[in-house]
Order: sequence, then structure tokens, then C-alpha cells
Amino acid sequence: MSRARARTGRAYPRGGRSLPVPDPGRTVVIRFENVTKVYARGARPALDRVSLDVERGEFVFLVGASGSGKSTFLRLVLREERASAGRVFVAGKELGTLSSWKVPSLRRQIGAVFQDFRLLPNKTVFENVAFALQVIGKPRHHILTTVPDVLDMVGLAGKEKRRPHELSGGEQQRVAIARAFVNRPPILLCDEPTGNLDPTTSLGIMRLLDRINRTGTTVVMATHDDEIVDQMRKRVVELSTGELVRDQSRGVYGSDR
Amino acid sequence: MRLQFILSEIGIGLRRNLSMTVSVILVTCVSLTFVGAAALLQLQIGKMKDDWYDKVEVSVFLCPQNSSTPTCAGGEVTDEQKAQIRAALEAPEIQPYIEKIYEESKDEAFAAFQKQFKDQFWASVATVDDMNSSFRIKLTDPQKYQLVADVVSGRQGVEEVKDQRRLFDRVFLVLDRATLLTGGLAVIMLVAAVLLITTTIRLSALSRRRETGIMRLVGASTLFIQLPFMLEGAIAATVGALLAGGALWLGVQYLVTDWLGSSVGWIPYISTSDVMVVAPLLVVVAILLAGISSVVTLSRYTKV
Repeated sequence: MSRARARTGRAYPRGGRSLPVPDPGRTVVIRFENVTKVYARGARPALDRVSLDVERGEFVFLVGASGSGKSTFLRLVLREERASAGRVFVAGKELGTLSSWKVPSLRRQIGAVFQDFRLLPNKTVFENVAFALQVIGKPRHHILTTVPDVLDMVGLAGKEKRRPHELSGGEQQRVAIARAFVNRPPILLCDEPTGNLDPTTSLGIMRLLDRINRTGTTVVMATHDDEIVDQMRKRVVELSTGELVRDQSRGVYGSDR
Repeated sequence: MRLQFILSEIGIGLRRNLSMTVSVILVTCVSLTFVGAAALLQLQIGKMKDDWYDKVEVSVFLCPQNSSTPTCAGGEVTDEQKAQIRAALEAPEIQPYIEKIYEESKDEAFAAFQKQFKDQFWASVATVDDMNSSFRIKLTDPQKYQLVADVVSGRQGVEEVKDQRRLFDRVFLVLDRATLLTGGLAVIMLVAAVLLITTTIRLSALSRRRETGIMRLVGASTLFIQLPFMLEGAIAATVGALLAGGALWLGVQYLVTDWLGSSVGWIPYISTSDVMVVAPLLVVVAILLAGISSVVTLSRYTKV
């Protein structure tokens, strides 16, 4: 743990990006104000008047049954969707009024990890991670120094030349996390990152996410995995059919157990 | 890094869709060959107009011996009749329309005839007396032919009034129709080219949806995501345009300069240097085609 902290010592190596709030101890990086999302006219809202603040450096579990609105929440943060009503703030910007050409710069401040890894099968581990930097126009020398660092951090040193299909599921997810984190985003969104992994491997992934969280990165993780949530004792936000039904610091998966 | 990356993406896209790329090249090549051919036909017409309209005259053919025309019933035109005709042409009311009048004797006509049709059969059988003497009239405005013709036609001693322009206009009409035909075919082929480029770009975008999805996720700009696809279309179309330019060059060189030029030599022809004028325009058209197609397609398939 201390090795990781030393390597990524500063919380925001890319220059501080935060809400312009005077109190540095309470900086909100994600704020939902009465957010409603309706996909089809007349249908039940996927999110129903959800209000929520996530502060810088927090680790938040987003729990709830399938269809409870977890993924919609994450898609709204990424601005893959726009709220039907209410306001969403991410990294100090209101997404409802953010013009579409500014969306790429918003997404550079958000890392995203998914259940299905989303790696490029014909690229090596190194190339998969480097891809994220190439496509935002980072110079070659920056890529050559940053990518090995982050691969080392996620525990994939020595496997740079492997292709995704030569790796285990856990290792593939580590590549995906490396890709999401290589640009040191202040926010990391995880949509069921352990959904395809066995419990032991999941634990390894959770240790990694915890380590990333300790560098000051805000982590929001949607999950079904009650064991992990119970073990980690982090903030738990529960959604049920689009409504926020529980927001508990140091919580567990099911409130009724 | 950026340039190298974009170039490698383009390379991947072109190779992955090789058969589509080839068909885009061929279709743009054929369509732009038609476009170029239409342009060259118009250039040819322009050249002939420049060359011929300067020389075009109204010819008043005077009666030769043994003409069956009623106004020639008195036999070969007399000097007195000639003088009357000239006087009519020099009358003040039609003076503004006439730039120059000169007279061609039948001996001069015979010499010109022999020169134009030397080596041919009828040059050897024609005699001086078969030729017309004539007034050749150069008009200030070739459109005013009818005014001049009215003054002299029907007079005794005038066999026929001919406007050479009429003759050329028929040639130009044929060429104009040919331009329309090639232009029409060009439009049809251009539509096919646009549809094909659109489909190719769409396929290319779909086959790389995984990549573009990740690009969007990590915050690549829209331009950066779309540029490889746009350039793919533009490169294929440009290659097609260059091939079309090459085809036109060969066509002009072998069909016009070498073949027509040597068999029907009295017409001023376009040359390969005219192709060099048309070819860059074809490249511009190709890039426009590809550009329009990609903007239309990509706005739908690689939305941020």
C-alpha cells in the first residue's frame, strides 16, 4: 500500500480539478440535484428525483437490484445520457448545459471500468493501455514512461506483450483498470467490475481499487457483490426502482440483514 | 504520435475493407472519367468556336455556267450584276453589320478547292468553270446573318447565300448533346459513388465500433475519432480521381491526338495539356464527394 502511495504520491498529478468550493476538506466532485431520467415517454423513470453528493476521495458503493438505476446513474455521470429533469454536476461542471464539444474534456477526468473489460483483442496489454493516451494526443515519451508505471501499479509488470486472450479474467480487468487510471482521472467509475470474476480474484481487484482510492481518486462502484460491500465497510448508496432508498457511510449490502 | 497514430488507423481501415476500398476507387474513377469527358468536350467546343468563328463568313455564291437555279437563268453572272450586288451590300442601311467584303474569283475558288481536296477523286475531275465566284462577307455580329442574306438573296446572278456558321452550329449541337449525355451518365455514377462511399465508411465505422467506443469513453475528441474514417474515404476517392485523370490522358493522347489528329487534321483538337487542367478539378470533386459522404455518415455512426 505504501509503495503505491509513494509512486502516485500527489492526489492530482494532472493539476487539481475540483469544484470551486472554498473549503478544501469538503469538495464535491459529483452532485445530483433531484435528477430524473426517463428513457421512453410514459415509461417508469430509470432514476426518480435522486439527490446525492459525492466528495473528493470518497469510495461509494452503488447497490440495488438489476434495473434499479445504477447503470443509468453512471451513464449520467459520463454524460452518455442527459438528465430528463434536475441537475448533474461532475468535476465542477453542470452537464445539462455542457456543450457537446466539451464532453471529451469531461471524460478525460473520469476513468471507467466495466464488467466485460472492453479491451481491444488485437492489441497487447501495453498497447491497450497506451491507446487511451494516444487517442487524446499525449506525446510518445509521456506514454512510454506512464504506461509501465501504471502496469506496475496494477500488478501486471512483465505481461506488457501479452494479448487479452492470454490473460485470466482478473488480469484482463487489471488491464482495464490500468487503462482507466493511466491518465490519473480524479473520478473512477466502475460498473460491476467483479461481476465476471471469482471471489478470490474479486478481492484482488477490490484491493487495487482501494489503493487507487487512497491516491485521492474518487471511486464510485456499482455492484451486486454483497460480500465485497460487507467487507469493505465503505459508503453504500442503495437504489430501488430508480429511487434512492439508503445512503449510509460504512454500510453493508442489504439493510435488512 | 497523433499523426502516426491516425495514419496507422487509416491503414488498418483501408486494409480491413480492401474490397470495399477497391470498389470505391473504381466507381469514383468511372464517374469522374465521365465528368472529365464532359468537361473535355466543352473545352473542345470552345476551342473550335475560337478557331472557327473568326473565320466564319457569309458567302454569296454567284451563278456559274449551267446552273439550274431560277436566278441564274441568264447563265454565268455578268459584271453588271456583280456591280449591283456589291452596291446592295454596300448600301448605308446594312453597312454597320458588315465588317469586310471581298470577292473571290472562280480561279481562286478552284485553287482553294484543289488545295483542300488534293489527293481526292473530285479534285481531279473539277474544272475552273464548275466553281462559283463569290462575295465573302465578314459580319461585325455573326447573329445578324439574316439581314444581310435578305438584301442579296433572290437577286439575278446570285445562286445561293450560305452562312458557314449554320454548318458549324450543327457540329456544336452534336457535341453539346454528347456533353449532356456524358454529363448525365456522370451524375448517375456520382450518385452511385456517394452511396458506395457512404456505405464503406459506415462499414468501416461499424467494424471498429469497439475502438471508437473506447475512444469516446477516454475522452478523444470527435474530430480525432472521425478523422481516420474521413481520410479513408478521401484517400480512396482521390486515388479514383487520379486514375480517372490517367484514363482521360490516355484517351486524349491515343484517340484524339494520335488517331483523330492524323486522320481528320483540319479541326483544332484538345491536347493532353487540357487534361492537366481538368485532372486537378476531378481531385477536388472527389474530395468533396468523400467529404460530404463522411460528414453525413459519421454524424450518425460515431456520435459522441
